[in-house]
Amino acid sequence: MSQEIKFNEETLALVHKMIKRYPEGKHKSALLPILHIAQAEFGGWLSPETMDYVASVLNIKPIEVYEVASFYSMYNLKPVGKCLLEVCRTSSCWTRGAEDIVKHLEKKLGIKEGETTKDGMFTIKTVECLGSCGTAPLLQCGASYHENLTFEKVDNLLEEYRAAGKQRSYTDMDYKNTL
Amino acid sequence: MGKKLLILNDKVPGIATLEVYRQHGGYASVEKVLKTMTPPEVLEEVKKSGLRGRGGAGFPTGMKWSFLARPEGVERYLVCNADESEPGTFKDRYLMEVIPHLLIEGMITSSYALGAKTSYIYIRGEYFYVARILEKALDEAYAAGLLGKNILGSDFSHDCYVQVGGGAYICGEETALLESLEGKRGNPRIKPPFPAIAGVWGCPTVVNNVETIAAVCPIVMMGGDEYAKIGIGRSTGTKLISASGHINKPGVYEIELGLPVEEFIYSEEYCGGIINGNKLKAVVAGGSSVPILPADLILKNDKGEPRLMSYESLSEGGFATGTMLGSGGFIVYDETASIVKNLYTFARFYHHESCGQCSPCREGTGWMEKILHRIIEGHGKPSDIDLLWDIQRKIEGNTICPLGDAAAWPVASAIRHFRSEFEEYIKHPEKIKDVKHYYSVHQLAGA
Repeated sequence: MSQEIKFNEETLALVHKMIKRYPEGKHKSALLPILHIAQAEFGGWLSPETMDYVASVLNIKPIEVYEVASFYSMYNLKPVGKCLLEVCRTSSCWTRGAEDIVKHLEKKLGIKEGETTKDGMFTIKTVECLGSCGTAPLLQCGASYHENLTFEKVDNLLEEYRAAGKQRSYTDMDYKNTL
Repeated sequence: MGKKLLILNDKVPGIATLEVYRQHGGYASVEKVLKTMTPPEVLEEVKKSGLRGRGGAGFPTGMKWSFLARPEGVERYLVCNADESEPGTFKDRYLMEVIPHLLIEGMITSSYALGAKTSYIYIRGEYFYVARILEKALDEAYAAGLLGKNILGSDFSHDCYVQVGGGAYICGEETALLESLEGKRGNPRIKPPFPAIAGVWGCPTVVNNVETIAAVCPIVMMGGDEYAKIGIGRSTGTKLISASGHINKPGVYEIELGLPVEEFIYSEEYCGGIINGNKLKAVVAGGSSVPILPADLILKNDKGEPRLMSYESLSEGGFATGTMLGSGGFIVYDETASIVKNLYTFARFYHHESCGQCSPCREGTGWMEKILHRIIEGHGKPSDIDLLWDIQRKIEGNTICPLGDAAAWPVASAIRHFRSEFEEYIKHPEKIKDVKHYYSVHQLAGA
């Protein structure tokens, strides 16, 4: 699968609009939001080519992009499944059974945490506190929070995602009007 | 019913829209300050209110504002810290999701007081859908002339933008947040200079938590003196508490500061007691960073007086017998909870979130995680408890930012109050398997 790493005109216009939010010469500030867009547009992860492209769009050095992309946990530096299932594992979620949710997912999908299903549909990842402790346990997939999980809810979710078959990203919800 | 100032209309249908929000008195503080008050007068009211930072540190907001440098010809900025990531804390998310205009109103009113022409709401990336809600609300505010040029016909102009982060707890630390806002790694800066002198892009900047900025609206409307009458002592006003863990009614509650802890845990109005009628074992009262306290010390202080939900009462007795109000992330553990295993989730968290700049934190958090891991896996050594104690002591106070302290305190307090549980795990590793939670496999399966 090779996709040309280049924003279309509409996305590029959005990027330039975002840059205008910062004072003259401070365009690097737009890097984090633009990386989210690039990740959503180019297969759900940031390849070296994608990062180099973002550097060229922002007119900064590639290393400035690499060091940021590798620092923040939401940027995937390796390919992930279309649905990246991020299960919160910190205290409140743990007290409410997060470990069992992970085990259930592993069993259902036949993969271990950190792995991707052969069909490229799902990746399981455990993450730190997602700020949903009152509705624990939960998982995030793309922009959606799935809260108060039970095994049944997880099963339904997997079916729903499999049927939709599309890439989920943090910017799912019409980001073109957002960022 | 306790006094509510922030989320009093949270159940009103459509309150997220500008129309309904204004029907319930929304944006009155913007009108009031633009038409009847000078910026120094607004600052004076905030000072009189005694409002303290709601993100965790509890620093007086009026004082923070008064430190803002005002050199001629240099822009000043207000930055809202919406990078809510402290385990156990989800109040800002609730406020922004349900009443987004309250934050925007506070941003405009506060920016007027500070003389900031531009402000940014830095929100954690995982809250993307909340950022979308805020963006919609901002669009509505612009369309209604509440943002942009000459707001409500005044000579005050202001722009407010949302910036999403990339997923890093450390960006909740204000200087790391500013680095991130500049498009860099979230490495905290050495202070001084403080952001009030050199903040974002080297310009004077005030960084305030979501709840702090929202609280400016009722303060402006009722006056600082009236606000200061709410609460107890130097803990003025109301506080949003995120309640989670082994309680019947997890959720976000607005309390008047000074509410007895026991009432908060057991009353139907708040947490509704412990699940299954179980016994209370311990509480983390202010987010994962604050010391964990056993049941007897969270309900009563060392003098036997009832512990109250206030900055002072919770910290009474120092770390020997007290804790902190922190962010208000209130996690409750019942008798079935394993303090050691829970601590492991915290240690893993801090190791994951350390930015790596200072070696005591970068290395120490990793060592603590490893040692705790081997204890809960049944391979603990009797010397491990003292080793953990030694490591946390060497992290505390030896790092640029407070993440080091935040990683050390949970470990220190767990050993201080629950040492016997560590010993039990090390002596009888076979017992670790018996640790069960309320939400075991059966409950998750709906049985």
